[in-house]
Amino acid sequence: MGIFKKLVSWGQKKSPWIIHFNAGACNGCDIEFIDSLTPKYDIERIGILQHGSPRHADILICTGAVTLQTRDRLIQIYEQMASPKYVIAVGTCACTGGIFNGCYCVMGGIDTTIPVDVYLPGCAVRPEAVIDAIDKLLNSNDKDKTKKKAKSDKQKEVSEESNEEKSDEQ
Amino acid sequence: MSDNSSNRIVIPLGPQHPALKEPGSFTLTLEGEKVVNAVIGIGYNHRGLEKALESRTYIQNLYMIERICGICSHTHSVAYCQAIEEMCGVEIPMRAKYIRVIIAELERLHSHLLWLGVAAHEIGFDTLFMYAWRDREMVLDMLAELCGNRVNYGINTLGGVRRDIDDNDAHEIKKILRVLHNQISYYLELATNEPTLIARLADVGKLNHDDALKFGAVGPVARAAGIANDVRKIEPYAAYDEVPVNVITDDHGDVLGRTLVRVKEMLESISIIRYCLDNLPAGEILAKVPRKVPAGEMISRTEAPRGENIHYINSDGSDIPYRIRVRAPSEANWHGMKHMLEGSFLADVPIAIAAIDPCYSCTDRAIFVNSDNGESRLYDWKGLREYSIKWHRDRGLNIADIQIPMAKNYIQIQRKTND
Repeated sequence: MGIFKKLVSWGQKKSPWIIHFNAGACNGCDIEFIDSLTPKYDIERIGILQHGSPRHADILICTGAVTLQTRDRLIQIYEQMASPKYVIAVGTCACTGGIFNGCYCVMGGIDTTIPVDVYLPGCAVRPEAVIDAIDKLLNSNDKDKTKKKAKSDKQKEVSEESNEEKSDEQ
Repeated sequence: MSDNSSNRIVIPLGPQHPALKEPGSFTLTLEGEKVVNAVIGIGYNHRGLEKALESRTYIQNLYMIERICGICSHTHSVAYCQAIEEMCGVEIPMRAKYIRVIIAELERLHSHLLWLGVAAHEIGFDTLFMYAWRDREMVLDMLAELCGNRVNYGINTLGGVRRDIDDNDAHEIKKILRVLHNQISYYLELATNEPTLIARLADVGKLNHDDALKFGAVGPVARAAGIANDVRKIEPYAAYDEVPVNVITDDHGDVLGRTLVRVKEMLESISIIRYCLDNLPAGEILAKVPRKVPAGEMISRTEAPRGENIHYINSDGSDIPYRIRVRAPSEANWHGMKHMLEGSFLADVPIAIAAIDPCYSCTDRAIFVNSDNGESRLYDWKGLREYSIKWHRDRGLNIADIQIPMAKNYIQIQRKTND
């Protein structure tokens, strides 16, 4: 990873701006997402800001199965977002189409229309899950770190195993 | 987008909104700052649900019908269940009816608190938005306690309900209701006494008695225009024939009236829940319903938080419905929207649209072209909202001046209930 890319991913981790789009949901997931902005869950306290314009946003939070009417609009919004951009599919409908799969004017999940980074199933998802999804997305940015962590975890496991073996021998 | 000859400006709004709910689009024609024509485009969320219902069994449809709307899912499933129970000739146990009423009123509470927050946000009163949504969490906690889920409760089933309410639950709910009652009384005081709020909401989105009848408005929009239309009273369903229900009406016919009606209805809901908990009859919660529904048709009405909800079910005698038609309340209220917007100022559009509590939506961006100097600007819903707040501030109405001295009270109340 070049130093510029590193800088960008470091900067993004600090305060991602999110935009929300309802592609044909029942409102359940949307309300639960808005809930995560309000005092009880308050994702703004960890620097996550909801923003209106796609041009300013880093993460697209997308709910609902994609209907034929919203399809073009969803693509437009995705294209208007500046790179690097991420998409979280919130709710079972957004992941696979859910119970609306097979309806005559439903395309299916969000990934039939735009690429998705995080799938968050649930009907409806809970605000805690939304926070967790954003957290996981941000941490997955730091690939080096996760690799290192995986390595060190492996080493730990190995050393623990060897310790166990030793203790068995004893 | 401008027409120089008549000096009219066309503003497209929609269909994507940054903050809230569903997509829909509005095309507003302006003359100066006045809206002279409004064209409303809805249908972005059309999922073909009625067709999907026709290809599933009655039991499967229970889950489908709740997903019509995540906010008022219970009222849809009540309407559906009671239509089928009536077609099968099954009388459900009284206790189940009472539990249905309790959940329906909790749903009304959370929906109205949600609306209060959204409306406050649109006029730039974000403090109230946060307070209302914080209080809404208490209602969601109660719903999660009773049904196991915060949204799409899944408590109804054909022939009754699936979960019982025990004494412990009832005790906990009453404790939370006390806190909620204090908070909502405060909001009522705010809406009736705060001069800034009254000046901002009065005479916005007018729909008088005759027009409300003409456009077929339902729910709080109709009741704010003085029409005592409440299905709970005029055609009692579930246990509403035994529970005392006061229909709240108001004669303002504007956004202020709708606010007052909704806030008073919340207090009314609390007293209904209390009555139901105190007079919960003992007995079974579930009656047996046959899998196949006899051939015939049935119309069932319920009072959703937004107004009258109508379900039509046509059965051909099999275990799959032949036709289901759902007339949701927002659908009825859209017809008057055009009338409400025409003649109002652009700055009042966001709150006028929000005030019917549509399962509504918003805007991607609007292009604002000033035809005099050819200058053009880009508005999104947020921009329009900010424009509207600034427009009113320039005329001496600053919502941000309203002081809310209740944070301290709230903690005290919570402490009291915890004891």
